[in-house]
Amino acid sequence: MSSIVIVGAGPAGIAAAELLCSHGHRPVVIDEGERAGGQGYRRPSPDLALDMHALMGSEAGRYEALHRRFAALAEHIDYRPRTLVWAIEGRTLHLLYDGRAETIEADQLLLATGAMDRVAPLPGWTLPGVFTLGGAQVALKDQGCLIGRRVAFLGSSPLLLLAAKQYRQMGGTVAVIADTTGLAAKATALPGLLASPRTLLRGLGGMAGALRAGTPLLHGVTPLAIAGNGHVQSLLLRDAAGRERRFTCDAVALGYGLKPETQLADLAGARFVYDEAFRLFLPETDAFGRARPGLYLAGDGASIGGADAAEASGALAAHAILADLGGAPAAAEVRTLTRKLARLRGFQRSLARAFAWPASQIRALPDDTLLCRCESVTIGTVRAAMAQALGPIEVNRVKAMTRCGMGRCQGRVCGPALQEIVAGASGQDGAGAGRLRGQAPVKPIALSAAGESTP
Amino acid sequence: MSRASTDVAIIGGGLIGVWTAFFLARRGQSVTLFEKGVVGAQSSGTNFGNLRLQGRFPGQYPLSLRSHALWEDFEALIGEGCEFAQTGHLYCAFDSDEAARLEAYAQVSQSHGLAIERLAPSDLRRRFPWLSERAIAATFCARDATANPRLATPAVARAALRQGVEIRENAPVTAVTRQGDGFRITTADGRGLSCAALVNAAGAWAVQMAECFGETAPVFAAGPPQFVTEPMPMVFAPSLQTIDGSVIARQTERGNVILAGYPRTAADAVANRAPVPPAKTLAAMRALAGLVPALAQAHVIRVWSGIEGYLPDMIPVIGRSDTTPGLFHAFGFCGHGFQIGPGVGLCLSEMILDGSTPTPLEDFAIGRFRTPAVVSEKFQKEFDRPSDMGIERSAEKGRAIG
Ligand SMILES: Cc1cc2nc3c(=O)[nH]c(=O)nc-3n(C[C@H](O)[C@H](O)[C@H](O)COP(=O)(O)OP(=O)(O)OC[C@H]3O[C@@H](n4cnc5c(N)ncnc54)[C@H](O)[C@@H]3O)c2cc1C
Ligand SMILES: Cc1cc2nc3c(=O)[nH]c(=O)nc-3n(C[C@H](O)[C@H](O)[C@H](O)COP(=O)(O)OP(=O)(O)OC[C@H]3O[C@@H](n4cnc5c(N)ncnc54)[C@H](O)[C@@H]3O)c2cc1C
Repeated sequence: MSSIVIVGAGPAGIAAAELLCSHGHRPVVIDEGERAGGQGYRRPSPDLALDMHALMGSEAGRYEALHRRFAALAEHIDYRPRTLVWAIEGRTLHLLYDGRAETIEADQLLLATGAMDRVAPLPGWTLPGVFTLGGAQVALKDQGCLIGRRVAFLGSSPLLLLAAKQYRQMGGTVAVIADTTGLAAKATALPGLLASPRTLLRGLGGMAGALRAGTPLLHGVTPLAIAGNGHVQSLLLRDAAGRERRFTCDAVALGYGLKPETQLADLAGARFVYDEAFRLFLPETDAFGRARPGLYLAGDGASIGGADAAEASGALAAHAILADLGGAPAAAEVRTLTRKLARLRGFQRSLARAFAWPASQIRALPDDTLLCRCESVTIGTVRAAMAQALGPIEVNRVKAMTRCGMGRCQGRVCGPALQEIVAGASGQDGAGAGRLRGQAPVKPIALSAAGESTP
Repeated sequence: MSRASTDVAIIGGGLIGVWTAFFLARRGQSVTLFEKGVVGAQSSGTNFGNLRLQGRFPGQYPLSLRSHALWEDFEALIGEGCEFAQTGHLYCAFDSDEAARLEAYAQVSQSHGLAIERLAPSDLRRRFPWLSERAIAATFCARDATANPRLATPAVARAALRQGVEIRENAPVTAVTRQGDGFRITTADGRGLSCAALVNAAGAWAVQMAECFGETAPVFAAGPPQFVTEPMPMVFAPSLQTIDGSVIARQTERGNVILAGYPRTAADAVANRAPVPPAKTLAAMRALAGLVPALAQAHVIRVWSGIEGYLPDMIPVIGRSDTTPGLFHAFGFCGHGFQIGPGVGLCLSEMILDGSTPTPLEDFAIGRFRTPAVVSEKFQKEFDRPSDMGIERSAEKGRAIG
């Protein structure tokens, strides 16, 4: 029997595993996390008495259902938690489990690796107390703790409101919710947003909730600086009317939507194309998630779509695997899923406009702003390297000259902003600035993982 | 406006091409350099950065020493730095056979005037306490150095620009033909240029150019697996090498440990890919942790390799063409061209302008490949099995592996 491996036990991976099991396959499901569920439906440690029902709000039903469904799969899959896939070479996946390197072979490989926060730098963004927006949610769901007592939510993302609401519910104070996208731009995106009324209503509900709680809710802001002496003390911004305003806070949650975790797709040979709506390079797939023979991509790791889209695309990829293995086509099911996925991803493209990546704000950031925190590279260093004779105009060359993106995170954090700075300084669009090429390992691994040498 | 004719055209903007351009322009030549991508992005920009004098091919010492003096003078000559650091190089042996090879290398080095220290186990424990006790002997040369390859070639290219060299990036040369006593060069965009002399410094891609003029060399493209760790507290200052090639390592000023190791892997010069098999990364991780146990918990953050041209006798082609006056070749640097790059550029400029160079380069003539190539012992040991590398095929046809 063909060996099917799924990387990622979030909604996409779980939906795919479920469908494959129902057709008699026994997929391997690998996830580096301790517990299944992925990012959005993350489960707290068992010894935490956390009211997930309250925390998940309107999503509580789906959250519980997903975990129930995964529990029911236990006997039918080969589940490998706490296992990192760090490299892919042909059919071979290189794993890290319990501090040791191992391998596994895959005939069909489904990557459902999810997303991570997309952040943009601003002066002071590396002060202790600044978290990514998703990180602020993880602190809640995984550890049951808040990132601060008085938290400013900054960026442009539908999750700003959601996270602020969760923080209020858990006893935190919200200093401000500050969105860089103006209301006019949001209104333009409205028609597209009507494609998913449920999510739209959740968003509007979040706004109403914020207003009821008396939280300042600003649109069209320009972030100026996060200030503090050794720790966050305030957020300074310019509001849509042009006034400078300072908000006292002890933590900032910062996020500009999500970016797919595509390093494994890169190593597995997927092709990438620039997407104007998200302003990111995304892996290319067909409508089912086929990236190349034997390689399938699903969920937020393929294209940001949220949990429902992740499930639909996971199921579609499983249908593609079954079909490619010679199974009978499940035409009706596939049609429904395809339509659903197109609608959800279309909605997400409108969201990307309503909560836009602040390209022009980033291009205008002052020279002394830190861009790459792993290697301590400022925006000015990048601009200076580009300005000299034979200066680079492509991100990989800029990295080679300046070390920006060359550190521990390999540009996963600074990559999108680097791309924007390079595009800005060379008068290109994001596509022209290029994409940081991936290499193994996708996360750092200790020398000891390779085992003892035998002299 | 770019020129329509020039004294010397150079194909290839690696270290060899830019140094050659620099020296020619300094002596008043008009020079145009063509680079298919951007300057210093291939082997010259991805290599390990070792400037080692120990253990070289004996016939290369005059060239190597001349080159070293240029590296030592880099900043004054070029006007910007490239993180050149005279760290010294520690060459280690694990058993008595290897120690005997070290000793032979040391004698060659000394015969060329280098100071080589021989270190017994007790010296090693005292001076390099971080080194595993498996190393039973070592030699140390304080003049050996390292530099940052990412910075070096663009810096030399900028210095060449200041001397008046015209550098055309993103300009692949697609045809070279004889035109009178000189040459006509055509690039992918259809533009042409006439020149009196032509330098073929196209690295792993150079054979095609040579074949346009009826000569060849069995170049094949490959590269060693490399990795870099996150920055670590300073553990070791000299660059470090085991004579079996399992570890070539150095710690940068920032604290990152960079490693290169054998066996090398075939690269795809046409698709521009230099794969690093994860199994080799793991083997190199084990080897490094075995040699420097304090690094066992250092985390590897990235692997990479490069596309280098190798020849079966493991020495490069440097010198005039056998068939065509005015044509000069410098390619196939077999993994050690970074150290000799500046010297090669200087010697080529002398050959072109003076008709000869004081540095002996006869061993590197392209004509040696008119008869079947001698396969060096290094060649047998330091690569994957020949069949994995596609070497029979390339040796027969004498072109880079595609
Ligand atoms: C930090 C964060 C918080 C979020 N919070 C919310 C929220 O509160 N509500 C909401 O609706 N949406 C949230 N999202 C959006 C979320 O991406 C989607 O809701 C949904 O989880 C996407 O499902 P997925 O299956 O595509 O990926 P995920 O659920 O992200 O699952 C991907 C899984 O792949 C695993 N993985 C990735 N790479 C590797 C590797 N190399 N080796 C082994 N395993 C690997 C990960 O450990 C992860 O479990 C959040 C996203 C992020 C990044
Ligand atoms: C991973 C690795 C580690 C190494 N470590 C060391 C080391 O520690 N010490 C050391 O001394 N050496 C080392 N080397 C070897 C060293 O890097 C090379 O020998 C040296 O850089 C060769 O320089 P080059 O200019 O000949 O080649 P390249 O840098 O490859 O330059 C050739 C250039 O020609 C261009 N070109 C090709 N065809 C055309 C065309 N048709 N038109 C226009 N342009 C063209 C290419 O794009 C390329 O930029 C290493 C090599 C590798 C790959």
